[in-house]
Amino acid sequence: MASIGKILRRTFLIGSAAIVGGVAFGVYYVNRPAPNPLKPQEGETALNPFVLIDQEGVTLFAPRAEMGQGVMTTWAALIAEELDVELDDIRVLHGPAAAAYYNSAMLGEALPNKGYDISDFQHNLAEALGVLGKVLSLQVTGGSTSMKDGFERMREAGATARETLKQAAADQLGVDRGLLKTAKGAVIAPDGTTIPYTELAVAAGQIDPPHVELRDPSEWRILGKHHPRVDMVEKSTGTAEYAIDVRPEGLKFASVRINPKLGGEMNSFDASAAESMPGVEKIVDLGNGVAVIASNTWLAMQAVEAIEVDWGEAPYPPETDALFDVIAASFDGKANSAMRDDGDVSVMPEGATEITAAYKLPYLAHATMEPMNATALFTGKTLDIWAGNQAPTIIQSKAAEVANLDTEAVNVHTTYLGGGFGRKGEFDYTQIATKVAMAMPNVPVQTTWSREEDMRHDFYRPGAMARMRGAVKDGKAVLYDGQIAAQSAVYQAMGRIGVPSGGPDKVLVEGAFNQPYAIPNYRVRGYVTDLQVPVGFWRSVGNSFNGFFHDTFLDEMAHAAGRDPLEFRLELMKSEHAPSAGCLEAVREMSGWSGETPDGVGRGVGFCYSFGTPVAQVIEVVDEDGTIRINKAWIACDMGLALDPNTVEAQMVGGMIYGLSAAAYGEITFAEGEVEQYNFPDYDAIRMHTAPVTEVRVLETNRHMGGAGEPGTPPAMPALGNALFDLTGQRARTLPLSHSFDLLI
Amino acid sequence: MPISLTINGTAHEVDLPEDVPLLWVLRDEVGLTGTKFGCGVAACGACTVHIDGEAVRSCQVALSDVWGDVTTIEGVGTPDAMAKIQQAWVDHQVAQCGYCQSGQIMQAAALLAENPSPSDAEIDEAMQGNLCRCGTYPRIRAAIHTAAGKLKEA
Repeated sequence: MASIGKILRRTFLIGSAAIVGGVAFGVYYVNRPAPNPLKPQEGETALNPFVLIDQEGVTLFAPRAEMGQGVMTTWAALIAEELDVELDDIRVLHGPAAAAYYNSAMLGEALPNKGYDISDFQHNLAEALGVLGKVLSLQVTGGSTSMKDGFERMREAGATARETLKQAAADQLGVDRGLLKTAKGAVIAPDGTTIPYTELAVAAGQIDPPHVELRDPSEWRILGKHHPRVDMVEKSTGTAEYAIDVRPEGLKFASVRINPKLGGEMNSFDASAAESMPGVEKIVDLGNGVAVIASNTWLAMQAVEAIEVDWGEAPYPPETDALFDVIAASFDGKANSAMRDDGDVSVMPEGATEITAAYKLPYLAHATMEPMNATALFTGKTLDIWAGNQAPTIIQSKAAEVANLDTEAVNVHTTYLGGGFGRKGEFDYTQIATKVAMAMPNVPVQTTWSREEDMRHDFYRPGAMARMRGAVKDGKAVLYDGQIAAQSAVYQAMGRIGVPSGGPDKVLVEGAFNQPYAIPNYRVRGYVTDLQVPVGFWRSVGNSFNGFFHDTFLDEMAHAAGRDPLEFRLELMKSEHAPSAGCLEAVREMSGWSGETPDGVGRGVGFCYSFGTPVAQVIEVVDEDGTIRINKAWIACDMGLALDPNTVEAQMVGGMIYGLSAAAYGEITFAEGEVEQYNFPDYDAIRMHTAPVTEVRVLETNRHMGGAGEPGTPPAMPALGNALFDLTGQRARTLPLSHSFDLLI
Repeated sequence: MPISLTINGTAHEVDLPEDVPLLWVLRDEVGLTGTKFGCGVAACGACTVHIDGEAVRSCQVALSDVWGDVTTIEGVGTPDAMAKIQQAWVDHQVAQCGYCQSGQIMQAAALLAENPSPSDAEIDEAMQGNLCRCGTYPRIRAAIHTAAGKLKEA
């Protein structure tokens, strides 16, 4: 076991490279050498390092996308902690696409353990599996992995840079490196001589980096505390640049319509009316859709709407009910997985009371605030793409296929993301922008989708169904047998990037099979539905439906057992996973949970362990003259180490509100093969007046570092449903809740 | 015929069809990209600007209908000289993805100009047209209260 750890540590090698006027440091090496992104190719001046030090100061190229989660700031803090610079003095830029930025934590999540019971051996194995990320070149922001992924590597990069700069100073001053100190971006000699890093950068570029040890957390001065986010001033002044804001010289504006019968062909189109509309410069045939290039985005949108198109049929049953018939039928087939199978669920314990329930959840759109868009410039030999994205290496190779160029001829410029939530890990929008730009070589073209196009061409959170059977005896759960059916987002997404997939889909049952409850007879099976509706990764992925299925049914079991629903969960959890129990105890205390609520007030508890982080929530609803308002919420989470507690709090509140939006209002339905929702009036979300007053507690007892961006989402949906049950006595087994409850809109 | 507009105190001549919404004049013609496109149907508030101090959805105002002086987020303050309301946004670390925040700030600024001490209910009423998919509402509310206090001190 230790040897695995040692091998892994050796895989985190730090490289340095001399650059014009300075030095660059990066972590780039895995089991077999990846091309060093620090070594520029002949004739290439652009570099892809983690940290670059020159006369201008310290620059961090963040290999993860800033989509609102604060990753730029916290990765900078990891560097600054070891490098001894002030956080304010680091400039943070998005790194270009580079295979060396593989996401090691994300593939580690693919291991078939429950997560919360992970042993040190499995933890090391998870890291080893992460090596696969390199092979697949997964530079992906997702799976709430950024901090787990960056925690070691960024600190090592900072520490190595510091010691290399000290060596440069030692050589210059003729003193031993061990006698030198560092602070505020400078090396300090015993006699008080102070040399700024900027003046040592050139010399440091000639030195092989020494081996370093990381500082003990007790010595940290930056990590674990809140620091103002580096992007906050830009985002408060309208100066932050999103993809939709890039303005290369000579930019043209385009808009697009793809077949709304998703995946269908385009039989023919007539653009004669569009051709003569104001500002129109070119009509582009995309094969499965059309685009218009114009002098203004709005003029392009008007013209593309004026094109008459004969669309081919969708490759799936055209109506919502028929889709769910197919999902339901998958229960009759062979189970894809039984990731948990404890005890024997085939035998009903004597004297136990059996209960059953069936649940159904809709397809969901991501609905990022920034509609899908990308800008491309095609010269015939090179392609530049500007995009807010969660996966630049995938975008690079997929755009290269479209443009018939070598991958290296494609430059991906990652901007801020106006929301991601999983949608911008896809590459459809960058391929479309590439095709549009190829119709007008040497001219940069920005292709912006209308909100309607965005809403109706998503890779949706799969619609899902569950059949639950359980038993309670003497106030305890003695049997839990869950079946879940849905399309596999993993199979589909892997298919799109050309990686074969198959076998048990852990993500399909995550949030159900891996929950920390000691139930003696406990089985969870997954059933993969074969449908061609485009599905993808939606904030918290499988947990987004399983969190609701699993926890709502536990609530039903608690009531069947005549128990307080919070105490019922807590009792099953205490012996299984203390950090999870700690979260439930925290929300019990914060909310003053008594199990009793006055007339007109309902409270529900929800819990889900996901991405290594247990999260418990209590939601309170109030009846105001027949209209129900979500009044208050209490959240407790435990991700082990919270590198920036203020950012974690923001993610917990935001994650919960994203979940409440879906629970209350979110639904994508189909008619004649087309999505029936067009814009926010059809797909509303929580707003200022419908958001609860929320209190968050961030606990730090978990042994392994968990994620922050997604775990707040899953428990919100059952907590709200459970609160409505407490208020009305009516059990919600489908979402959105606005169908069956008179919620404030 | 070019149409004259005053934006953030500067005069502009715009030669576009008169039905082009102000949003797309600002973004694609004048080059002021701080005002965002979110929905195009006045359902999200990301495109909020001021016309003669009134908060309007610029996606719904045709170029020929612009009835007064336009103020965008760029005209409220700059990174080196932020307005008090922008400073309140930074102090409360409001933004996550940040895409809706220009519109949120413009809406809040109009609210505070009209009502220097808004209650929570008044904030709910004024801000409910501005969508934030990241869910920053609690911090927006806190920032509005802080800005109200700072504006009264001034």
